[in-house]
Amino acid sequence: MGWANIYSTTLTEENTHIFDITKLYGKQLLWIGMGTFLVILVLSIEAKFYQRFASIIYVLALLLLLGLPFFGKTIAGQTAWYSFGSFSIQPAEFVKAAVALAIAKYLTGINVNLNNFKDQLQVLVLMILPMGLIMLQPDAGSALIYVAFIIPLYREGLPSFYLVIGSIAVAIFLTSIKFGAFYVSGVILLLALLILFFKRKSKPKYLVYAAITAICIGFSFSTNFIFEKLLQPHHKDRFELILGMKSDPSGAEYNIYHSKVAIGSGGFFGKGWLQGTQTTGGYVPEQHTDYIFSAVGEEWGFLGSSLVVLLFCFLMLRLWFLAERQKSTFSRIYGYSVVGILFFHFAVNIGMVIGLFPTVGIPLPFFSYGGSGLWGMLILIFIFLKFDASRMEL
Amino acid sequence: MRKALPIALISLITIIFLGRLAYLQLIDDSYKTAAIDFATKKVYDYPQRGYMFDRNGKLLVANQPAYDVMAVPLDVRPFDTLAFANILNITPQRLKLQLNKAWTYSPRLPSIITPQLTKKEYAYLQEQLHQYNGFYIQKRQLRDYQTSHGANFLGYIAEVNQRDLDNKPYYQSGDLIGRQGVESQYEELLRGIRGVKYYQRDNFNRNIGSYEDGIYDTISEKGIDLTLTIDIDLQTYGEELMENKRGGVVAIEPSTGEILALVTAPNYDPDELVGRKRSKNYTRMWYDSISKPLYDRGLQAMYPPGSPFKIFTGLAALQEGVISVNERVSCYGGYSYGRSARMACHGHSSPVDMISGIAYSCNSYFAQIYRRTIEKPETPQLGIEAWSKHMKSFGFGNFLGYDLPAGRKGRIPDSTYYNWAYRYPTYKWYATATLSNAIGQGEIETTPIQLANAIAAVANKGWFYRPHILKEMNGKAIVDSVYNVKNETSIDKKYFEPIIEGMHDVYKYGTARYLGVEDIEICGKTGTVQNYAIVDGERKQLTDHSIFVAFAPKDNPKIAIAVFVENGYYGARYAGRIASLMIEKYLKGSISRTDMENWLLSRSLEDEYAKPYSGEPFEINQ
Repeated sequence: MGWANIYSTTLTEENTHIFDITKLYGKQLLWIGMGTFLVILVLSIEAKFYQRFASIIYVLALLLLLGLPFFGKTIAGQTAWYSFGSFSIQPAEFVKAAVALAIAKYLTGINVNLNNFKDQLQVLVLMILPMGLIMLQPDAGSALIYVAFIIPLYREGLPSFYLVIGSIAVAIFLTSIKFGAFYVSGVILLLALLILFFKRKSKPKYLVYAAITAICIGFSFSTNFIFEKLLQPHHKDRFELILGMKSDPSGAEYNIYHSKVAIGSGGFFGKGWLQGTQTTGGYVPEQHTDYIFSAVGEEWGFLGSSLVVLLFCFLMLRLWFLAERQKSTFSRIYGYSVVGILFFHFAVNIGMVIGLFPTVGIPLPFFSYGGSGLWGMLILIFIFLKFDASRMEL
Repeated sequence: MRKALPIALISLITIIFLGRLAYLQLIDDSYKTAAIDFATKKVYDYPQRGYMFDRNGKLLVANQPAYDVMAVPLDVRPFDTLAFANILNITPQRLKLQLNKAWTYSPRLPSIITPQLTKKEYAYLQEQLHQYNGFYIQKRQLRDYQTSHGANFLGYIAEVNQRDLDNKPYYQSGDLIGRQGVESQYEELLRGIRGVKYYQRDNFNRNIGSYEDGIYDTISEKGIDLTLTIDIDLQTYGEELMENKRGGVVAIEPSTGEILALVTAPNYDPDELVGRKRSKNYTRMWYDSISKPLYDRGLQAMYPPGSPFKIFTGLAALQEGVISVNERVSCYGGYSYGRSARMACHGHSSPVDMISGIAYSCNSYFAQIYRRTIEKPETPQLGIEAWSKHMKSFGFGNFLGYDLPAGRKGRIPDSTYYNWAYRYPTYKWYATATLSNAIGQGEIETTPIQLANAIAAVANKGWFYRPHILKEMNGKAIVDSVYNVKNETSIDKKYFEPIIEGMHDVYKYGTARYLGVEDIEICGKTGTVQNYAIVDGERKQLTDHSIFVAFAPKDNPKIAIAVFVENGYYGARYAGRIASLMIEKYLKGSISRTDMENWLLSRSLEDEYAKPYSGEPFEINQ
């Protein structure tokens, strides 16, 4: 627990001086200072409290989200903030912890079995409710985070079936956009026939095979429709850019291109703190929030950025290990959720900044500017650490 | 499995990210250069452009500062437009328009509001400028001409246009580049090396400090000072004599090929193309399609050379051995060479030999020896080829290769030309069909500088240096493989003696006997060239061009000169006088025959030039 604390604070401190030319730097320091009190507060509350009041916390969180359209403040088209003077709070960041608690609580319930379709549905509802409310803001990035709960659910026995379906769907979707439905359908058909050919001795259910193949091909063809009609143009651009179907460094690709330039120009040792030409020049938009990693890459080079990646990796593995050793089911599941959320943030954000993933507005935990994000993440992790500290009390 | 999969996933993603980072930061270098391009702004420090001096060290072209009024639109506060427009000497509407343009270009970057104020305007503005926020002054260099002559070879400087930007990567928008003349020819020497300062800039292009503490910055280097071969006193005198006339005068130092004077008339004051008035004046001169002041007649105008060409006809005939120096040929006031074809001549004593033939400029004599030259081989084709080769060895019929950007090839016809013109082999042609070439009419055309160069070759008895205008760079004589190499003509040295003797006799008893200068042995040759123009769709003969070539002194020649005066009538009338006075000016430094000087200075040929445009019938050769 001690190491994690030091760990997170050192990282947050690094965060503060990366963009000292902005006035936001002072604010963030304040958030961090207040964050320390928050951590103390979180740790001083009995672990049992979280478990007992998980449902109430969940409901309160939903109410907070519900209140946004009426009392919230609109910034850049998103009604996602409650404003207190010059400080704003983004409830979505805290809801993550609440949902994690709620899911953990639900799964600890007697007779809950994730192989059971009804239970699957109920967990889904727990996830879908906040997702939907966040989508209304609209903030697709933050809503997407809830996909991360797949990880704890899978760990707790959600059939692999769902993961397989999900992966296949994503694969078909992406390949269909890139290569067109006809080619993809052809490949699907070929694969189906191959599988059938190798399994012909085990008396396969031809009808089921045919149905699955038909659904896959149907999905492939509907991809085009979804892509052209349902997605907004800028979402479409992001997919096309990442799939290499389009290049537009001064338009849609501006963020990613400049981010790659910033990181790529860092070299092995980086340009040194405050020496980054791209960072101090402000070329990468949102470089203090979502694109903060580009500043790390430029100013600290390969050394610094790979260190950050490795630290995240170790933090997640460590948390996973901690989760595995929990005696209480509740804290174990909660631990998995924490890792899931952290992983999702980490993978999507850095993937986006280094140009491997489509642009999604998800901040990098502990690095990106934003008090709510920092607090939300601190609460999320320290509740778990509190669980871990009190695991022997059970 | 369920325990291991998330761990595997985390590790996998971490490894992918590390790999990607290694690729971006360690392997792919393209992002590094892109980053420097994005993040830095080059600010250039423009050096002084090189000066130009004449051959005697007189300063011709220097630099003067000019002041552009710049504005950064975001910094401009409301101000008294009327008062400020008055200071800038522009209309308030213009000021507003310029500010709007600047705003459209960029609110944060400086734009030019009004360019190139003079020192005087600037002095007044400077006192007032503090009242106007967002405006400031940017200094730039303009040319400062110490002479009002020689605009045709000096050239001028102007801002680069889009074509320059496309073709020459050195230049940035707004840079100055030499145009025409020496400014263009020696642009790379004159412009010097500009210095670069790298500033770090942000995404709005604002400066946010020096880049890497200036380790990449360079210091500018002043342009190279050029000493020209021109004698500005001779140039000035030539331009004065050619005032109100049209034509070209080229004077060359035979022993070096250095161009002493390059006069075109009409000309203009080089100062007219400096600063704000440049564009207006240039447009005016560009559209003057009648007197064409921007057209360098000394280099570009192709005239039939007329009688001076007899010198070369004679040389070719002697070289081909078709006549001896002393053989006499009778002239019966002309030469009949066909059923009704006759080349007229003028009154002079007959018969003539080579020397007196040149002195009297006898058409019959040269027509006959030309005919012999062409008829020497079996076919006229071969004859023309041999003759053409001799002519071209004097620099006729092709670009001379001098170091100025304007020029024309001229024309020396060869067998291909006549075969084409007379549709050989369907029809045949003979030497007589090309007989006009003998006396420098017909198909021959030369530019004044070609003729001056050929006369220099005659003065040198068989060789010439390519004419050039650059003498020294930063005070050191040029070392050059083009202009320091002797070009031999195809005529043996011995054949030049009688020709030069004849040219000397032109002044003794020939066509220019009244134009001699005391104490100077001049050799010359007159020329009177018929010429035609299309007037209202009708080909009409205009007054003859007056042409003269000369070199002096006879032994150890110091100057060779060719003078073309359009519609100046006979050779000795205008061209002969101008050549004579310029030779005296150059060799003696003063003029003894002030009556002749005054006659020329007071004469204008504008009436003559107006004739074809008058719409009325006109007389020629009065």
